Amino acid sequence: MGKNIKVNVEYLTRVEGHGNIVVNVNDGVLEECKLEIVESPRFFEGMLRGRSIFEAQHVTSRICGICACGHSLASIQAAEDAIGFKPSDQTIRLRKLLLHMENLDSHLLHIYLLVAPDLLGVKSFVPLIDSHNKVVRRALRMKKTCNDVCDILAGRHIHPISSIVGGWTKLPDEKALDAMLAYLNGMIPDMNATIELAAGLKFPELQRDTEYVALVSDDGEYPLLMGDVGSTDGVRMNKKDYKKITNEFVVPHSSAKHTKLSRESYAVGALARFNVNYSKLRKEAKDIAAAVGMKPKVTNPYLNTVAQLIECAESLYDAIDIVKHFKEKGVDHSEAVVVGLNEQKRILVKAGSGVGAVEVPRGLLFHHYEVDDKGIIVNANCIIPTGQNCNNIEHDMKKLVPEILDKSEAEITLALEMLVRAYDPCISCSAHFLDVKFVR
Amino acid sequence: MTKPKVAFFDFACCEGCQLQVANLGEALLDILEVIDVVEFREVMSEKWPQSFDIAIIEGSITTSHAVERIKEIRARSKVLIAYGSCATIGGVNGMKNNYELKDIREYVYKDKAEFFDTIPTRAVHQVVNVDYSVNGCPIYPPEFIRILKAALAGLPYHVPDNSVCVECKLNENICLFERGISCAGPITRSGCNSWCVNNGNICYGCRGMVSNPNENGFKAVLEKYDITVDMIMNKMNMYNKCREIK
Repeated sequence: MGKNIKVNVEYLTRVEGHGNIVVNVNDGVLEECKLEIVESPRFFEGMLRGRSIFEAQHVTSRICGICACGHSLASIQAAEDAIGFKPSDQTIRLRKLLLHMENLDSHLLHIYLLVAPDLLGVKSFVPLIDSHNKVVRRALRMKKTCNDVCDILAGRHIHPISSIVGGWTKLPDEKALDAMLAYLNGMIPDMNATIELAAGLKFPELQRDTEYVALVSDDGEYPLLMGDVGSTDGVRMNKKDYKKITNEFVVPHSSAKHTKLSRESYAVGALARFNVNYSKLRKEAKDIAAAVGMKPKVTNPYLNTVAQLIECAESLYDAIDIVKHFKEKGVDHSEAVVVGLNEQKRILVKAGSGVGAVEVPRGLLFHHYEVDDKGIIVNANCIIPTGQNCNNIEHDMKKLVPEILDKSEAEITLALEMLVRAYDPCISCSAHFLDVKFVR
Repeated sequence: MTKPKVAFFDFACCEGCQLQVANLGEALLDILEVIDVVEFREVMSEKWPQSFDIAIIEGSITTSHAVERIKEIRARSKVLIAYGSCATIGGVNGMKNNYELKDIREYVYKDKAEFFDTIPTRAVHQVVNVDYSVNGCPIYPPEFIRILKAALAGLPYHVPDNSVCVECKLNENICLFERGISCAGPITRSGCNSWCVNNGNICYGCRGMVSNPNENGFKAVLEKYDITVDMIMNKMNMYNKCREIK
């Protein structure tokens, strides 16, 4: 007779939001294997209706504390697309800087505080304060540096203040640029130490080829803020066609909808971006990939964490270049916008429909708004990276469990928890946004 | 002396306030010297089945399951701190109360609406007794530390009950009304050091209304600048809708 295994992890820890893992093996046969999403719904899309397009980013950044800037930027992009506003080159560069800081901050949080405890055999970073004090201090110091740069640029990282529809309410002066540059340059030794540490970590083995989806573009830049949507299965579509990419469907055990594109599931996130856009990574990032022996296509989902490490270097060095650009060319302070609710009609508004597609830490995020001629939101829809990954995670789990049936139930549980954690899921986000059908 | 046992819990929220705590940087380690964090799901796998000296609560109460859970946590806690707008005043989750629950549920979840239990959003103090409140969306870290110290020492903490304008003036910001932009600062509690206005934006009222707003003075300001009360009320309801729950 085969083995019987029951795994039931209620409220998975060290992830954002509330999810359960349920696995049931009966007589050696995998009968049930699912990731339940049990987050309380918050109805953001419903609450956006009737609000001004100039309030949307303020509200939607509150969907998530970890990726507040990402939601804010996707929201702004969708809003500007809907009313036909074109942001300036300076505005876009500063938005990229903000996005880099958030991706870097979030990846560091994940690598050091959420994943490392598993690899070091402890339950959280707290025991590491005694056993690996220098490492914990380094992690907190690096995170704080990202936050300090965000403070200067946008007022704060969690729910950024000065990045709005139309541009920036506050622009960095010479002193602010110098401070940001000093913070970023000061992070380089810590970044090198991080790379050294992470290169020595051993990740579990699991191979499952899937479709990897990320932004793609024709310029030389590693695309995070702008571009079309592409995949390793050869798909390329305009972001306006996002519904043809996500093809959402309902499963009974999850308050986040599942998605698929060319095959049974697809993945978004750092590993997807690495697999789709490897050739566009900076030299500093490619060097890390070479050092850890990663070349596309990487099909071990546990290595998402290493892809995040590679992206940390990408974001840090590109951020330094952006600040240097402004040091050389200067900042045009006449572009600062004071908008409020646009009661002075400083920004021209028209009725329309707009889509924002931004690569946030956990993958591709879509916001879609329809607005009336007064700039009031009529319909809103958002599709979250973790929602897109849920289906892929379950397929990974189904591949993994039969391969490790000889292990103990505790070991199997840990392997499954680590797998879900590798995707760095952001469950509150994914559950808050479900289906909205647009009435045309 | 054993260190006080402290637990962090989250309800309906973005978990941004607990990140503000994580973002304290190395100062976090100084705090961990004096308290023993026994449960904190987002960053720890450890659980603590006994009583807590301090429970720190983030998020609003939006489901019947949450009502039971917060009551159970309250019963096990000597001191309870609500932190962040969602917990202290209902915050953005309160906007849901602008709509019929049935309608908003069907708008978001369509024919699956009945799967998603929801009740009118309430702040934590509208369900259980709260000992300390840390306002703001997100919390302002220096204030959080002040309140945590007060809670550890058993001292009272009073949230400032004057308007954001007081701090805004000290920061020498040009009044937004003077620039033709409406702002919720005149009726919102201070304590954030006029964070948003310092960065070129308006005040959205995330810290809750002062207990005795100067209504006539505020109406005069609105009239002077030809701004309707409706516009300001709609803006205030972004965070403060739950104040209507008695």
